Amino acid sequence: MAILSKKIAQADQKNCVACGTCTKVCPREAIKVHQGCYAVVDSFKCVGCGMCATVCPANCINLIDREGAGKHEKEVV
Amino acid sequence: MRKKWYDYLWIWSIAFFALGFFNILFAWLGMIDFLLPLLFAGIGGNKFFCNHLCGRGKLFQLLGTRGHCSRNKPTPKWVYSRWFRYGFLIFFLAMFGNMLFQTYLVAAGTNNLREVISLFWTFKIPFGWTYAPGIVPDWVAQFSFGFYSLMLTSLLLGLIFMFLYKPRSWCAFCPMGTMTQGICQLKQRKYKRQ
Repeated sequence: MAILSKKIAQADQKNCVACGTCTKVCPREAIKVHQGCYAVVDSFKCVGCGMCATVCPANCINLIDREGAGKHEKEVV
Repeated sequence: MRKKWYDYLWIWSIAFFALGFFNILFAWLGMIDFLLPLLFAGIGGNKFFCNHLCGRGKLFQLLGTRGHCSRNKPTPKWVYSRWFRYGFLIFFLAMFGNMLFQTYLVAAGTNNLREVISLFWTFKIPFGWTYAPGIVPDWVAQFSFGFYSLMLTSLLLGLIFMFLYKPRSWCAFCPMGTMTQGICQLKQRKYKRQ
């Protein structure tokens, strides 16, 4: 099983302006603009580095806890 | 990530303004930036232009990050709110319409060609050295002056927002971006309904 990061980026579809700035800085190509409407994060590729959140001009990307991150941590320990 | 050819399109953005500074007729080239996004949105239903080809976005990103010309503060909420984005789009289109009307007046012979550019729709700056009358019909030149004014005004607005907030804060309320996203959303809604 791949080790997944504790944090993950999440784009707010309501505020996203679909400019694609985030897609340019993502080191893992984990964020894409869906049909010119909003950005979507691939949760398996995302490592939660937060680069996309830093550059987003509409402040619509937040780093949130990955679902089940705590559980996974326990499993690793 | 490997650099693609379009990652250098910030050069186009600089070249456009430089060319217009010497001959205003080059302003017509700006129509590429105007029509391509609409074509991509209308036919492909995507924002490929904003996402990959926009020279202005790339210029802001470059100046803001490597050029250290941005404070990198979060863009205020009202800038990317729906009412401001669409309000600015309507205002921008109205100003574009006004520019087309001025062009029409010159074409119809009602008004004379005015060799000025207006910044922020207010400040008139003489720009006569960029055009020698008689090369092309007057309305062609009038459109060039009007279009160059629009492009330069939006560039300056973008630079101000780049400096104050994030490098690409302009993208949050860029009229072309709002318009193409609106088209994509309409297309998406239609697709979902089917």
